[in-house]
Amino acid sequence: MIRTILIVLLFVAVAGTGYWGYSEHQEKNAVLLQAENNYQRAFHDLNFHMDSLHDKIGETIAMNTRNQLSPALAQVWRLTSEAHNDVGQLPLALLPFNKTEEFLTKMGEFSYRAAVRDLDKNPLTDKEYNTLKELYANSTEIQNELRRTESLAQKNNLRWMDVEMALATNKQPEDNTIIDGFKTVDKSVEGYTDVDFGTEVSNMEKMKDRDLSQLKGKKISKDEAKKIAIDFFQLKKNVKITVESTGKEAKYDAYSLTLYNPETKGTTYMDLTKKGGYPLYVLYDRNVGKPKISLNEAMMQAEDFLKKHMESTMEMVTSDQYDNIGVFTYARLQDDVRIYPETVSVKVALDNGDIMGYEGTDFLLAHVDKRTPVFKISEKEARTNLNPNFQVKEISKALIRNDINEEVYCYEFLGTLGDDTFRVFINAENGNEEEVKKMKEAEPSYNDI
Amino acid sequence: MKRNSAYIKGVFVIIALCFGLLAGFGQNNAQAFSNQVIQVGATGEDVVELQSRLQYLGFYTGNIDGVFGWRTYWALRNFQYEFGLPIDGLAGGTTKNKLAKASKYDKAWVNKQIDTGKKFSYYGGEKKSTKSGAAKGGTATKGGAAKGTKGTGQGQAKAKPAQVKPAKNIPNGYSQNDVNLMANAVYGEARGEPYIGQVAVAAVIINRVESATFPNTVSGVIFEPGAFTAVADGQIYLTPNDQAKKAVMDALNGWDPTGEAEYYFNPDTATSGWIWGRPQIKKIGKHIFCN
Repeated sequence: MIRTILIVLLFVAVAGTGYWGYSEHQEKNAVLLQAENNYQRAFHDLNFHMDSLHDKIGETIAMNTRNQLSPALAQVWRLTSEAHNDVGQLPLALLPFNKTEEFLTKMGEFSYRAAVRDLDKNPLTDKEYNTLKELYANSTEIQNELRRTESLAQKNNLRWMDVEMALATNKQPEDNTIIDGFKTVDKSVEGYTDVDFGTEVSNMEKMKDRDLSQLKGKKISKDEAKKIAIDFFQLKKNVKITVESTGKEAKYDAYSLTLYNPETKGTTYMDLTKKGGYPLYVLYDRNVGKPKISLNEAMMQAEDFLKKHMESTMEMVTSDQYDNIGVFTYARLQDDVRIYPETVSVKVALDNGDIMGYEGTDFLLAHVDKRTPVFKISEKEARTNLNPNFQVKEISKALIRNDINEEVYCYEFLGTLGDDTFRVFINAENGNEEEVKKMKEAEPSYNDI
Repeated sequence: MKRNSAYIKGVFVIIALCFGLLAGFGQNNAQAFSNQVIQVGATGEDVVELQSRLQYLGFYTGNIDGVFGWRTYWALRNFQYEFGLPIDGLAGGTTKNKLAKASKYDKAWVNKQIDTGKKFSYYGGEKKSTKSGAAKGGTATKGGAAKGTKGTGQGQAKAKPAQVKPAKNIPNGYSQNDVNLMANAVYGEARGEPYIGQVAVAAVIINRVESATFPNTVSGVIFEPGAFTAVADGQIYLTPNDQAKKAVMDALNGWDPTGEAEYYFNPDTATSGWIWGRPQIKKIGKHIFCN
């Protein structure tokens, strides 16, 4: 009797486990399939977009009328961004595919610039037609290679999940078609790195290539860096300082210092440029208590700090309170002109007014000792180019970097339209509206962050 | 303007007498504001009071959210202009005194409204009715008009339980949700790291958003397949601590300890040979940051 019951129970248990295992397996497969489907979709989308991109570029070359060309270039711009988006959804993070992504971005930038330009006044130059031709040739290669990969993947029923697993574990997958295909695409793009995208796109590159070699002063040693840090914070001897040098290939040659103060139990991190020993950034890490001083008092602290450590005159452009921290941005002021590219940020603790951080990388990269402001048109003339509904409240002069990264002198109008506040920059040479910036209002808390 | 405020004041005193709240109002006036100078960007109770008082006088039409934003700034400047004060947009001693004299502020009521998260306003005339209704349902108000405004006001609040919790400053170009998402990623990726290492990870995310070779949004960068191990193994869904959030805020405010790095890896666990080939910038904590 008991035996029969036991056997029945055992049977039920085995059957139950089997069923449970089976359903788990089914579920797992469903989830995997779901992920696979997402990858497949992104992959086929990418192919489709590269196809259309190729065709569109071809059409722009064949086009003659201006009023056709602008929309076609806008299409190119849209398709590059779609394709870029598709790439971002594929598990290619561990695969060298960035040349292609960069290429897509530049192509987008190039076509955008050409599309928004008044082609009646400024038709495409021969040089730009050549660029388009080169882009066309390149996109032909990319398209062919991707199509080939796609068809092989379909024929052999290749799965992106396998590619992802292979890349994540660094093992060779059984079938390398997909990985090889993408590698070939990236190689082919490499051959086109010297395509001339025009000054506007190459200005972007220039911004990326800035370094600190223009700084004044001698190269400092590690010990000198320590001394500078001790002076900077007016430290006593008992502070522990470690200095490390950045790698050889770092863009900004610097020493990274870590200072531990046993009295306050706070750690300060600081980077000093090797050339000249200028601080790139300072961050002080300690617990900050409840705010006891006002943002205004904190601003005074920040200004004292800047007076002590900077030779240039700085003017505050933003001030924000984040709970118990105040963050202030300052731009350099020269001849009453705000030099916006040369900004520093200062962070102040609102419990006792300690300086919690300083960021000066942008300032060091953009700093020029003496600029010569050019203001050809008058403030009144500049004003005529404003939206008539815009109510001007404050006017100042400024140097900004416009959307193609050129430095331009502008009249800065701060004012309101309806309930919103805007900063409008009008070029002081030709009266162009260079930039309109909506000033952000605080966001309501939907939830506590 | 002056006569108007005097009239409002008069009406107020009478009503206050009716409700026997005179003592309370007297106190409010005496203890107006703390002694700080309030400037653009500030947050906290003083800003709530500033906004309420400016709204009471009709200068400020935005939400009372406790953040000294641009709308508050222009309202304050208008107030300073109307009252013949130097127009500097700063709420200093004289400005605050003038403001306190010209307006009434019921701190308890305003704070209660903020806590309950209802939409509310604090205009001179309308305020009393809303207030008495909210404070004591039993004590009925007389004026029919007052009742009317109260009704619509509350109806709105019920239909749309919009949260007017105290707002927050967020660095330009990002939202609170971006900050939360980044804090999740930083916590999942680098919770064992020193503070500077967490700022560095957040900075890499921002550098990628700005880079041409990566997606252009915070979410696009974070959820790019294979980009972050914390995303792949689900650690991104852990609840981040305050330190991770602080690190994200620092990075969003411009601090970048990495020297514009776009990649980092943990040399002990990195499986990809390719990542070792990238030009290395520096090591922070356990991570090597590279270009």
